[in-house]
Amino acid sequence: MKSESAKDVHKLIAWAKLWQAGFIILGVLSLLVGIVTLVALLADMFIKGGPLISWRFFTSFPSRNAEEAGILSAWVGSLLVMFVTALAAIPLGIASGIYLEEYARKNWIADLIEINVANLAGVPSIIYGLLALGLFVYAFHLGDTVLTAGLTLAILVLPVVIVTTREAIRAVPSSIREASYALGSSKWQTIRSHVLPYGMGGILTGVIVALSRAIGETAPLITIGALTFIAFLPDSPVQSQFPYISFAWLMSPFTVLPIQMFNWVSRPQPEFQLNAAAAGVVLVGMTLLVNGLAIYLRYQFRKGIKW
Amino acid sequence: MNNFKLKDLTLISALAGIVAVSGLTIQEAHSQGTSTIKVDGSSTVFPITEAAAEEFQKSTKGAVRVTVGVSGTGGGFKKFCRGETDIANASRPILAKEMEACKAAGISYIELPVAYDALTVVVNPQNSWAKNLTVAELKKIWSPEAQGKVTNWNQVRTGFPNAPLALYGPGANSGTFDYFTEAINGKAKASRTDFNASEDDNVLVQGVSKNKNALGYFGYAYYEPNKTRLRAVAINGPKGAVLPSATAVINGTYQPLSRPLFIYVSAKAAKRPEVKKFVTFYLTNGAKLASSVKYVPLPAAAYKTVMGHFQKPRLGTVFGGQEAVGLTISELLKRDAK
Repeated sequence: MKSESAKDVHKLIAWAKLWQAGFIILGVLSLLVGIVTLVALLADMFIKGGPLISWRFFTSFPSRNAEEAGILSAWVGSLLVMFVTALAAIPLGIASGIYLEEYARKNWIADLIEINVANLAGVPSIIYGLLALGLFVYAFHLGDTVLTAGLTLAILVLPVVIVTTREAIRAVPSSIREASYALGSSKWQTIRSHVLPYGMGGILTGVIVALSRAIGETAPLITIGALTFIAFLPDSPVQSQFPYISFAWLMSPFTVLPIQMFNWVSRPQPEFQLNAAAAGVVLVGMTLLVNGLAIYLRYQFRKGIKW
Repeated sequence: MNNFKLKDLTLISALAGIVAVSGLTIQEAHSQGTSTIKVDGSSTVFPITEAAAEEFQKSTKGAVRVTVGVSGTGGGFKKFCRGETDIANASRPILAKEMEACKAAGISYIELPVAYDALTVVVNPQNSWAKNLTVAELKKIWSPEAQGKVTNWNQVRTGFPNAPLALYGPGANSGTFDYFTEAINGKAKASRTDFNASEDDNVLVQGVSKNKNALGYFGYAYYEPNKTRLRAVAINGPKGAVLPSATAVINGTYQPLSRPLFIYVSAKAAKRPEVKKFVTFYLTNGAKLASSVKYVPLPAAAYKTVMGHFQKPRLGTVFGGQEAVGLTISELLKRDAK
């Protein structure tokens, strides 16, 4: 009798182990589907585009001859647009996040705003393009310029920044806030000297996720009319004469890397497909660079926190 | 605590300063920036104008900036008639509705043909039967009545094999679609809709090159680089079967699928020296530029006539808002502006 029940237990354990092994295999297979696809796509792009990347590729303008074509105006445009986006989205997003989390009274208006912000984060990007076309291009007459593109991408990523800022602030223990108040500091002083620095790691992560999304966006920029052949650089922001800084580049026509890729992919000559792959490699590189910078910054911030 | 306040104050005033300065300089930039010529419109004309812009900017060493956008012929005219652009690329003549919009905004224009395109009907290289097709046969395939009925090659001509017919063509937003349907079915945009449509001509090239029973159509510029993967179908006219080629377009035998391509220059912009220089450069080098991107250039004499139309501005259009099908180059140039 005793040995019978022991057998049962063994049988049960064997079954459980089998299930476990089965589930592990299923999990690994699911993981592989994603990873193998990604690796295959990246490898294909690197093999096709990698050999084309050279100093010349970075320093030449687009051209109708595939061998002469480069991405100078595209990567400069991408950097400038990202700069405007960051300048607009980061302060606005963080400030809104702080207000909603720390100051706003918790009533139905706050709930309404919360639901809207969360939903806006999931709106397809082309909708933002249409909004920008109506608002910036037609109502404000900003045209298809670096400024319009930067602001368009800024409103596109604003919800992401707001949501992550709020989450980061919420993660700061309330004991820290209470300790700060106990020492007589005001709300703003508490936020400035404690909540923000401690939440900065999380906030930065959100900012970076947002900027990585913005750098690859094409649809909203095409909507505002940016699918354009550009073989010149915007005006330099630094001038030799007073006042030494110029903001003329904000009003300059532009192109960005994803649009340059789109343009090349739709051409009949197969050589341009290789150029597009090379531009893709550069774009992936830029995104990784931004992400790397973020991880480094986050590490630096976390190192400084001593609770 | 005072210290904190001071810091905040400096930060705020610095920000305010930056905003003020940027506001000022933006206004300044508007008045004194490098001169920019804005071109927008058809994706078919884009490669020629792009080539002109590229070479022109090289020759002026960046003194003049030229932007060439792609928003379709219709989109290009919308921006042009709002005064947002200086030149409109167009793969068809300006339509009556667009003429009205331009007139309402007080914008007059000079219509300049810059090249010809041969719409090319293509099949898979393994297709051994369809060497040529008549316009009537093409109409049988593409007309709205063929929807769901003409689905086999043996319905097109007796003697063609029993093989399913797979059709590929540009989408309804394309000027190519407008022209082809007008030329073949007699009415712009009248077409069967059960075919593989794509705005991206490369998708059509892929589709036809992979399907033995496929038939498709698009601009000659997409056929030329893919000659090894596709075979052009000759169009059977009164003078026998004619394959698309520069000669056939120029001597007017590749009909009705050759079409003129235009740029429309705003008369006001044409008074600016840099625009004058750019258009003159465009027309002087037109033949070279057009053939470098696989379009059919006008004869040298035609470019001279067109240049005359630009220098002594001939305002308006010669088409009176109608789509023009089957017009040869010499007929086109003889027409008078309405």
